[in-house]
Amino acid sequence: MAAGEPGDRMVATAAQARPKIAVIDLWKSFAGHEVLRGINLEVPAGESLVIVGGSGAGKSVLLKHLIGLIPPERGHVIIDGDDLTNCEPAHCLEIRRKFGMSFQEGALFDSMTVFENIAFPLRRHTRSSEGEIAARVRECLALVHLDKIENKATSELSGGMRRRVGFARAIALQPEILLFDEPDTGLDPITSAVIDAVIVEMREQLDVTMVTITHNMQSAFRIADRIAMLRNGQITAVAQPDVFRSLADPYIQKFLAGEPLEEEVA
Amino acid sequence: MNGEQARASGFNGFLEAIGRKSLELFEEVGRFFYILHATIYWTFRRPFDAREWLRQMVRVGVDSLPVVGLTSMFTGMVMALQTYRGFERFHAEGFVASVVSLSLTRELAPVLASLMIAGRVGSSLAAELGTMRVTEQIDALYAMATEPIQYLVVPRVGATTVMLPPLVAIANGLGIFGGYAISVALMGANPVTYWEKTFQFLDMNDVSSGLIKAAVFGLILSVTGCSKGFFTTGGAEGVGRATTSAVVMGSVVILVSDFFLTKILF
Ligand SMILES: Nc1ncnc2c1ncn2[C@@H]1O[C@H](COP(=O)(O)OP(=O)(O)OP(=O)(O)O)[C@@H](O)[C@H]1O
Ligand SMILES: [Mg+2]
Repeated sequence: MAAGEPGDRMVATAAQARPKIAVIDLWKSFAGHEVLRGINLEVPAGESLVIVGGSGAGKSVLLKHLIGLIPPERGHVIIDGDDLTNCEPAHCLEIRRKFGMSFQEGALFDSMTVFENIAFPLRRHTRSSEGEIAARVRECLALVHLDKIENKATSELSGGMRRRVGFARAIALQPEILLFDEPDTGLDPITSAVIDAVIVEMREQLDVTMVTITHNMQSAFRIADRIAMLRNGQITAVAQPDVFRSLADPYIQKFLAGEPLEEEVA
Repeated sequence: MNGEQARASGFNGFLEAIGRKSLELFEEVGRFFYILHATIYWTFRRPFDAREWLRQMVRVGVDSLPVVGLTSMFTGMVMALQTYRGFERFHAEGFVASVVSLSLTRELAPVLASLMIAGRVGSSLAAELGTMRVTEQIDALYAMATEPIQYLVVPRVGATTVMLPPLVAIANGLGIFGGYAISVALMGANPVTYWEKTFQFLDMNDVSSGLIKAAVFGLILSVTGCSKGFFTTGGAEGVGRATTSAVVMGSVVILVSDFFLTKILF
C-alpha cells in the first residue's frame, strides 16, 4: 500500500489545509477551579496526537470537550469546519457520528452483555445484518485479544478487560476520529503493546485522526505523530516525538525521567 | 456593637439561605421543563424504538399491576366501611355505592395509583439514569451519536404516561368491586340496588377526568424521576439523593397539580 510511505503522509497532511479538529481558546472551570485556561490546538486529518500531563491536569476534561460532552465556558471546538460548541442538537449528533471514544473507566452499558455493547453503535448507525454485526464484534474483540467473553455481563469483567471492551466498542464503526482516554492504563506490558499495535495499525490508514491520552511514555512514543503537554490548563508544548524528547522545558524533562518536581504548582 | 453585627450577619445569613433555596428551586423547575421539552422534541424524531417502548410499558404497567390493584381494592373496601358507618346515622346507606364509585373514579384511584407508581417507578428511573450518569454511560451514549434523551428518557416517560390510564381503569374496577364485596358481604346491602346505585350518578365525564389526570400524573412523575436521574452528580451518594427526592418531589407535585387540575379542568 502506498499509504505506508512516510512521504505520502506528509503530502496528504499538507494538502489538507483545514485541520480535522481545531480547538480555539477553550476555557473551563468547575466551581471556581480553573481546569482549562485557553487551550489552542489543531489536529490535522490523519494525525495521531498524544496528550500527556500530570494526573488531574484536565486531560479527560479536554478530551470530553473535543466531542462536545462538556460545554466550554469560552472558546470553540471545530470539527471539519463545524462548530461543535454551537450547534442544533440534531446537527450535533450528526457531527458526533464521526467519532469513536473509549472512556477512562470503560463506561460500558451495564444492562447489556459485552456483545451488545460492541454491537450497539453498529446497530444504531449501520444497516448491517446480524451476521455481519456478529462478525465485526468478534473481529474487534480479537483485535484487543479477548475471546469467549461475548455473553458475559460487563460486571463480570476485570478493569483491564472493561477498558479493552470499551476500546473495541470505540473502533467498531471505524470512525474518522478516535479519542482514547488512557487505553493502556492497568494493562500488563504485553497487552498494552497489543493496544499500541492496534493504534499504530489504524494510524496507517490516512483518514483516521486520533487523540490519545496516556501516562505511559513508552507507548506515547510508539503511537504518536505529535505529543502535547497539558499543564496548568494550557498546552505548554506540542512537538514530534524526537523533538519532544529533547525539549529544554525542565517540567517535561522531569516528566520524561519520572522524577519529582520540587516547586509543584497546586 | 458586636451584638448588632452578629444580628446583622445572622439576618444576612438568613436572607442568603432563602436566596440559595429559591435558586435551587428555580434550578429544579428549570431542569424539569428542560427534560419535558427535550422529551417532546425527541419523541417525534426518528428512530422510533418500539422494542424499548414495549419493554418499558411492561415494566411500568404490567409489573405495577399487583401493587396498584391491591391498593385500590382495599381503598374501595375502606371507603365502603367508613361511608356506611357515617351514612347509617342519617339513613342514607343506599348512597354508599354512589359515593364509593364517584370518589374512586374521580379522585382516589388516579391519585393513589400515581403515588404508588411514583414510589415504584419514579425512584427506579432516577436510580437507573443516575447510575448511568455517574458511571459515564450517558456520556458514552452521546459519544456514540445517540441522544440519551431520545434513547433513554422518551420510552420511559412515554410508557409511564401511556400506561397510567389503563392501570387506573383497572384500579377503578377493583376498587368498586372491593366496595361492593364489603357492602354486600358484611353490611348486608342488597347486591342489585348496590350495583344500580354504583352507576346511577356516575358520568362518563367522571371516569374520563380521572383517566386524564392519571396520564398527567404519569407524565409528571416520570419526567421528575428522569430529570433527577439525568442531572445526578456526586457518585453513589448522589444517586441515593436523586432517588429519594424523585419520590418526594414526584408525590408533592402530583398532589399539588391534582388540586389545580380538579379546580380548573373538571
Ligand atoms: N464533572 C466535574 N465536576 C467538577 N470537577 C471536575 C469534573 N470533572 C473534572 N473535574 C476536575 O477537573 C480536574 C481535571 O480532571 P481530569 O479528569 O481532566 O484530570 P486528568 O488529567 O484526566 O487526570 P488523570 O490523569 O488522573 O485521569 C480535576 O481537578 C477534577 O477535580
Ligand atoms: Mg483522566
